[in-house]
Amino acid sequence: MAESFVMHKLLRPFLTTLLTTGFCAGAVAQEPQRVLAIGGAVTEIIYALGEQDRLIARDSTSTYPPEAMELPDVGYMRALSPEGVLSVEPDLILARANSGPAEAIEVLQAADVGWVTVPDDFSLQGIDDNIRIVAEALGVSSKGDLLREKLAQELEQIQLATANLEERKRVLFILSLRDDRIMAAGTDTAANGIIGLAGAENAITEFEGYKQISDEAVLTANPDVILMMQRGGASEANHGAENKGIFEHPALGSTTAAEEGAIVRMDGLYILGFGPRTGEAAKELSAAIYGSTSN
Amino acid sequence: MRVATSVSSTSGAAPVAAGDRRFLARWVTALLLLVLVATFLFSLTSGATDTSAARVLWALATGAEDSITVVERVVLLDIRLPRAVLGTLIGASLAVSGAVMQGLFRNPLADPGIVGVSAGAGLGAVSFIVLGSGVLAPIAALFGIYHVPFAAFFGGLVTTLLLYRVSTRQGRTSVATMLLAGIALGALAGAFTGLLVFWADDQQLRDLTFWGLGSVAGATWIKVIASAPIILPVVLLAPLLARGLNAITLGEATAQHLGIPVQRFKRIAIVAVAAATGASVAVSGGIGFVGIVVPHLLRLLIGPDHRYLLPACALLGAVMLLLADAIARQIVAPAELPIGIVTAAIGAPFFLWILLRRRGILDL
Repeated sequence: MAESFVMHKLLRPFLTTLLTTGFCAGAVAQEPQRVLAIGGAVTEIIYALGEQDRLIARDSTSTYPPEAMELPDVGYMRALSPEGVLSVEPDLILARANSGPAEAIEVLQAADVGWVTVPDDFSLQGIDDNIRIVAEALGVSSKGDLLREKLAQELEQIQLATANLEERKRVLFILSLRDDRIMAAGTDTAANGIIGLAGAENAITEFEGYKQISDEAVLTANPDVILMMQRGGASEANHGAENKGIFEHPALGSTTAAEEGAIVRMDGLYILGFGPRTGEAAKELSAAIYGSTSN
Repeated sequence: MRVATSVSSTSGAAPVAAGDRRFLARWVTALLLLVLVATFLFSLTSGATDTSAARVLWALATGAEDSITVVERVVLLDIRLPRAVLGTLIGASLAVSGAVMQGLFRNPLADPGIVGVSAGAGLGAVSFIVLGSGVLAPIAALFGIYHVPFAAFFGGLVTTLLLYRVSTRQGRTSVATMLLAGIALGALAGAFTGLLVFWADDQQLRDLTFWGLGSVAGATWIKVIASAPIILPVVLLAPLLARGLNAITLGEATAQHLGIPVQRFKRIAIVAVAAATGASVAVSGGIGFVGIVVPHLLRLLIGPDHRYLLPACALLGAVMLLLADAIARQIVAPAELPIGIVTAAIGAPFFLWILLRRRGILDL
């Protein structure tokens, strides 16, 4: 029930914005040709808009799509080096609001380079705003509107699909499982958000953020599904071993999720990125949780 | 340089008969001065962009400012220059503080960390990184973007004063108590820091990691102006402590007999070191190892006489930090490494190599 409330709260302003600002055609006089993206969310939007040809560099959090990894990396977004950033000779810097350090940002804004801040709002409204801001900065507002519409439709679909579920499954998101210690997602996390979007419930509501959780708390929460991040490449072979670890874990082993083998793994950035792929991710997650029939 | 000849003759008779190294010391100091100037200029000319320092300076000097771009101007005057100045100040401050601490505590392991400055400064910084947008927001707003450096300085100062109170009884400061209390206070500050780390979100965690490794990447003129009035006097006036430190090498009682007001001397030295270290940690985060490596290297080379050791430490400390910074910003350009990684990764093996070659003569 809580989820549908959240969905309404999030979706209503989102759809309103779509109607009111959707048709503003923003034509920037001189379109920037050498764009530097700081923040994975920004990079993802630029690719989703199909404007990657103008992207000349990225920061180290920009790891999707894989092609982006081939661009020069100016370092971690919170530890930028002003001269390093200027050395890639950008004419526009699109940076997430919490880029830093503040001193570096001050120096960069004083240099003769275009600067657009993309807010750090990991909500549906936030994704919509960010797509609009990035598209406007690149002078491709109409492409942005298309992307926003597509996303809105996807989110509406998933909401409709999960609206009439009789029973909401309770999902435990495990950020890491090391030496049998569990780091789980509480409220106010991207994991909590995507679980809600997928029409399920976060099994952990006792704390905010990602924290280590005790075995007893896991037993009390007794999740129906365990959600984890997929590891790419060679380590995929370890998933089997990890599953064994879950089944043999003193607390996790006796949860409903372990008994039914309901362990879902998805790419971390895909489900937690809150970018243009969030609609798809929520749909896929929902299918994984409830089985594809309910979609 | 003929002051305190009595002291130097006694310390000259120290365990290792190294002979009179005053001549060598003077030459090394002069050479280090030249190396520092060269390193400073190198630091201005090297960077991720291909801005030519000489051309920009020439254009500014001749008034032909139109021939350079805004970016070039910003790179040289607002990025490289404050960074080189700050690096020089911090390197000198860390190395001199280390040398003074080791002399004062007659302990080769002592460095500013041991009087709790680093732990206290760390706690101050971590508090504001984690709580700066919450409980501590009003104070954070007061100091703007400089609230973390300020908190670090404040934290370092409070810890040092606390430590001083704990280890002082009836006007006498016990060095042994201070060392132990420093460890205890460090652990306490570590516990609070750990608690804050537990509360931190992922983003703050990454900030904490980067802060702990140190960097002069955020160098601005404001930071230079804020830290120079504290660091410069300490570094420049440190040689005045040399006579007292030489005397204390022989033990506090002997020093007292040699006419050193030991209690007052210790107080001045500790406050000076705490202030300089606090200011350095505040503007650059935790840069390790300079305070240990530089003084020991120079002791091996020019001997333990603080009259030569302290100025040489200031010079070599600055050189080492500028070089480490040059590596830090070139090696993974356009990104850059935290400088603490470079100082430790290069300093530690080099130091071990020296120790292995000259085993057993690590004297003070």
